[in-house]
Amino acid sequence: MTRREFFARVGGGVVVILVPDELSAQESGRGMNQRMPEQVSAWLHIAEDGSVTVYTGKVEMGQNARSSLTQAAAEELHAPVASIRLIMGDTALTPFDMGTSGSGTTPNMWPQIRKAAAAAREMLIDLASQKWAVDRATITVADGKVRAGNRSAGFGDLTHGEKLARAIPVGLALTPADQWKVAGKPIEKVNGRAIVTGAHAYAYDIQRPGMLYAKVLYPPSFGARLAALDSAAAEAIPGVKVVRQKISGQREAGADLVAALAPDPASAEKALAALHAEWAPAAGQPSSKDVFAYLKRTAQSAASPHLDLAPYTIAYIAHVPLEPRGAVAEWSADGKLMVWTGSQRPFGVRSELAAEFGIPEESVHVIVPDTGSGYGGKHQGDAAVEAAVLAKAAGKPVKRNWTRTEELTWAYFRPGGLVEAGGKVNPDGTLAAWEFHNYNSGPSALQTPYRVAEKYEQYHRTQSPLRQGSYRALAATANHFVRESVMDDLAHGASIDPLEFRFKNLDNQRLRDVLTAAAERFGWKNRKRAPGRGFGLAAGTEKGSYIATCAEIAVDGGAVKVVRVVEAFECGAIVNPEHLANQVEGAVAMGIGGALFEHVDFADGKILSNRLGRYRVPRFADMPVIESVLLDRKDLPSAGAGETPIVGVAPAIANAIFDATGQRIRSLPLVPNGLPALSAARAPA
Amino acid sequence: MARITELEVNGTRRHLDADSDRTLLSVLRDDLSLTGVKYGCGEGQCAACTVLVDGAPAKSCLTKVGTVAGKRIVTIEGLAPAETLHPVQEAFLEADAMQCGWCTPGMILGAVALLASSPNPTDAEIATGLNGHICRCGTYPRIVRAIRLAAKRAAKKGVHA
Repeated sequence: MTRREFFARVGGGVVVILVPDELSAQESGRGMNQRMPEQVSAWLHIAEDGSVTVYTGKVEMGQNARSSLTQAAAEELHAPVASIRLIMGDTALTPFDMGTSGSGTTPNMWPQIRKAAAAAREMLIDLASQKWAVDRATITVADGKVRAGNRSAGFGDLTHGEKLARAIPVGLALTPADQWKVAGKPIEKVNGRAIVTGAHAYAYDIQRPGMLYAKVLYPPSFGARLAALDSAAAEAIPGVKVVRQKISGQREAGADLVAALAPDPASAEKALAALHAEWAPAAGQPSSKDVFAYLKRTAQSAASPHLDLAPYTIAYIAHVPLEPRGAVAEWSADGKLMVWTGSQRPFGVRSELAAEFGIPEESVHVIVPDTGSGYGGKHQGDAAVEAAVLAKAAGKPVKRNWTRTEELTWAYFRPGGLVEAGGKVNPDGTLAAWEFHNYNSGPSALQTPYRVAEKYEQYHRTQSPLRQGSYRALAATANHFVRESVMDDLAHGASIDPLEFRFKNLDNQRLRDVLTAAAERFGWKNRKRAPGRGFGLAAGTEKGSYIATCAEIAVDGGAVKVVRVVEAFECGAIVNPEHLANQVEGAVAMGIGGALFEHVDFADGKILSNRLGRYRVPRFADMPVIESVLLDRKDLPSAGAGETPIVGVAPAIANAIFDATGQRIRSLPLVPNGLPALSAARAPA
Repeated sequence: MARITELEVNGTRRHLDADSDRTLLSVLRDDLSLTGVKYGCGEGQCAACTVLVDGAPAKSCLTKVGTVAGKRIVTIEGLAPAETLHPVQEAFLEADAMQCGWCTPGMILGAVALLASSPNPTDAEIATGLNGHICRCGTYPRIVRAIRLAAKRAAKKGVHA
């Protein structure tokens, strides 16, 4: 929806505040992660009954953006949280948005909504000043009321049936963090009640009248092409329709979309099983056992090392969003398409759909209900395109929910990577030289935050044997794992305590501050060495936030158990401490999976880890004691927190394993099958 | 094939017509529109589909609907009377024991069953009792806290959570 359409659509008797896009394209560069400036519009509407509606193209998928953005509006409007409603991720109702990713909601959208709300508040003061003929300075706004002397009005009482619009004035002052009353405080998760009662309808849960259920025939391996199809037995099942269509856009499973549709899921499932397909397999499909050699071999740039480098490997892993991809598509008689889907990019999915059918984007309406997580994994519209193609062929609404096996096979993965890295230390313990080559993981957080005069750092593009894409923190996890492992090696080589070694080579005060905070809470200096116990730490920065992680592990035979993790995090002024702590702790919990055991297993073009029984994710029993230490820098703008807290987990654990056993494990996951043949736990130093 | 034409769900007799070998998960979600019951894996690995059958937790993705005829089924929608919350639901909200919420209905029902058999569980007992449940967002420690909170309140009131 455009601003003009929005203005035309909302009824009279309202205040409308429009955020001009031009003013918002101010995203600062982020080193290697720099992207195109994001358009970050937000609209705000106050109805005659005083209710406030905020419109944003961002989506909620567990990161609590719905709560934090509601707080942003409440803070500047001086209105109760409960009086504000957010419309999110709906391409027909909200302004355009590039997508909810890159920890971008807090630094980009959060200030926009504050500005919109502050401008609305100032406008209400103007209106009251005119209506009551009083000086602006005598007017206050609090608890959703405008007051002057003994006069008082609700927000909706001041507009007199007019439709008033205002752009955000340049130089509008926002409330400083140290004066926040609603922001910066914990609030109950907005929409939390709908979640605990099961009332919230996710995309996977949407039902439409006359809807058909779709079960899709997928190839038995990557690259296989459909040679022959006998659908007679499937079509003999009452109510079943077998659809065979070509997909014009890129599709991992190939252009042939074959599906069984039925009014009930059981018939569709039976029909899918009754389809007889012959496949022509593709030769030369990849296997996980030779993936890292493949990455090196297909590199588009070469490294000519200056130092001795150690090779590290990082496995492909899966996002495993607990709500799998899913979509419901419905065509109207006049050729318009409506799709409900769980996605981080509602407008991106709209573009995919418009391109698939060669129709204008305005003819496509994508709705993203609050989603059962994404972790970077829900950028593409695979399920939405399938549902829409099938709905068009069937002439009825179609529900296309992916199964867990489809999710673990045909979604994209976190890139695997090969990193070769090394460093040299001067006799005084300062870094003399540093070299770092990453093949395929990506460039995020590639550059060392440590002070070193001579450094060579390069990201090498390669071909990927598997479909790959963004994953929480992108390559910052791989790059921090390797950098902080090498730093640990260098510290031990120089016989310097790992914490002291980092301080010796670190100028960045924010990073030093989180290291200090984590080490203090953890008790790093007084850690008690014991056989079978290990302690490790790691630190880093990414996307404008700072992280330090300390881990304690216990080794029992070949088993590694993470006992305790302390993580200090600083992302500027804290927007909501409870939800921030939840993000930090959750990232630690999730990071333990990638650190210890998660990996995609594949051979000859087949994903072998294609069920939850074959792809292990962290459970209650894997949890250590997790403590977060949040540094609140009210003097700094708020940065996002959905990603960076995951990057320190793997290296802190790897360094703790080294501390306990003397083994330097240079691969993620570290111990998918327990510790490799172990002589004996190293005696404490 | 045998058909199931009646189920007792959330205290109400519901009429339907389903093959008895269909999963309880699909019947609850697709036939009875009780979509608070979540699919997560279809193989009993994640417990997102947990419901209570005669008070005991059951993975509805592995339960044939034919086996629960005549039994009392409770889904998240029926855990507490309309417009009210069960103490465990309240505790989950208070402890912020969720992020995306997909695992939450199954987790809450699993917790209710755990507290029914073990009213004052230790952290280790909670972890063991609910280890079949996956929270991919990693809110496990908060879930443990929520369950302890619910247990503590129930003990104070002298009732089961």
